[in-house]
Amino acid sequence: MTAVPVPHRVVSRSPETSDTVTLRLEPVCEALRDFVPGQFAMVHCFGRGEIPVSMSSIQATGGLAHTVRAVGAVSEGLCAARVGDVIGLRGPYGTGWELERAYGRDVLVVAGGIGLAPLRPLVLRALAEPESYGRVNVLIGARTPDDLIGRKEWEFWRSAYTGVTVDRPDVHWHGDVGVVTQLLGRARFDPAGTWAFVCGPEPMIRATARELHHRGVPRARIRVSLERNMRCATGHCGHCQLGPLLLCRDGPVVGWDQVESLLSVREL
Amino acid sequence: MNPSITLRMNHALPAEHRERLVRIAREIRFPQDARIFEEGGRADRFWIVRNGTVALEMYVPGFRPPVVETLGVGDLVGWSWLFEPFVWQLSARTMTPVQAYEFDAVAVRLMCEHEPDFGRAVGHWVGRVLAHRLNASRARLVDLYGTYDRNDKSDRSGRS
Repeated sequence: MTAVPVPHRVVSRSPETSDTVTLRLEPVCEALRDFVPGQFAMVHCFGRGEIPVSMSSIQATGGLAHTVRAVGAVSEGLCAARVGDVIGLRGPYGTGWELERAYGRDVLVVAGGIGLAPLRPLVLRALAEPESYGRVNVLIGARTPDDLIGRKEWEFWRSAYTGVTVDRPDVHWHGDVGVVTQLLGRARFDPAGTWAFVCGPEPMIRATARELHHRGVPRARIRVSLERNMRCATGHCGHCQLGPLLLCRDGPVVGWDQVESLLSVREL
Repeated sequence: MNPSITLRMNHALPAEHRERLVRIAREIRFPQDARIFEEGGRADRFWIVRNGTVALEMYVPGFRPPVVETLGVGDLVGWSWLFEPFVWQLSARTMTPVQAYEFDAVAVRLMCEHEPDFGRAVGHWVGRVLAHRLNASRARLVDLYGTYDRNDKSDRSGRS
């Protein structure tokens, strides 16, 4: 782990939606230590600043991918990066999904919007080892069809059930309409023996985790990825504090049993 | 019993009531893109989806009816049959070929009137379905996937 951004070159740039791109990166010289699914890097756009972004792809060659949505100065700069440009990375930081805990159990992945990106390496790993896990379900929700990322990919995932739903369909949409939690009734999993992995905007995470728990999934087996204002990423500055947790260090992936009560406190 | 199961008729009703209801059900198949019922029509039947997907649509003058929700396996299609004036509030169309159990709503209402225990159980079941859909609609109202910045200008990874 390094505190100084390590240069990485953009080797491909794939637009996902009108404001979201996936950048594939290769180290210019020194490679960062291996990431595990769920961890994040501080991604530095030279001259603008840096932001935390979870890995959306981890390759054996040391190559990495980040999916970034343009919501501010730094992310706009990253989204505008072209092939050949150099950006800085430091990391890996934080906790991973810890898919290995679900060994022999059903796996339920629930993603909202761009939240699918951090879950992508987990899904690929679970699908690559079908003998290690039970049924793998992937549920994806987004506001509109235009907000769905990874469409070329998830259509070919050989999961037990892959459901996709949007809140606001357009005239070309022929899939499900409704909140992502409505797909839970169609997924194939045994609640008591399931590990769930949830990522998306916090309102979606809360709604999903609560519904999962109501359906019988133990809180400790619901892993969620949270975001706060991460700055140092090393647990020193305190910007990402959530009650007793520093999410850059103790998260971003945490058990719902750890954070359910914290997310109910208005001041946090 | 968890909510996902209690939403489904097979588990939401006590066995004796369930059996009574199933006795008057008939199996039915709809082709893809079939109109099951129309907004404003008389709500004299209801369905439980066995297979396939049903879209609920709302009439908007001058526009193609937008899909407001989709229903799948185990879902109840239609609740207006239980409440006066027994008129469909939305339209239903099949998005795929659909197999369903169809129920005569008038017969079920009569059964509810004559047997209070049965009526309470059916009302409780439909009420739970309605509560679930109301919660889902409220979640969509607040925009489940929206960005809620804690800072004036969030520039985290924009996870939304």
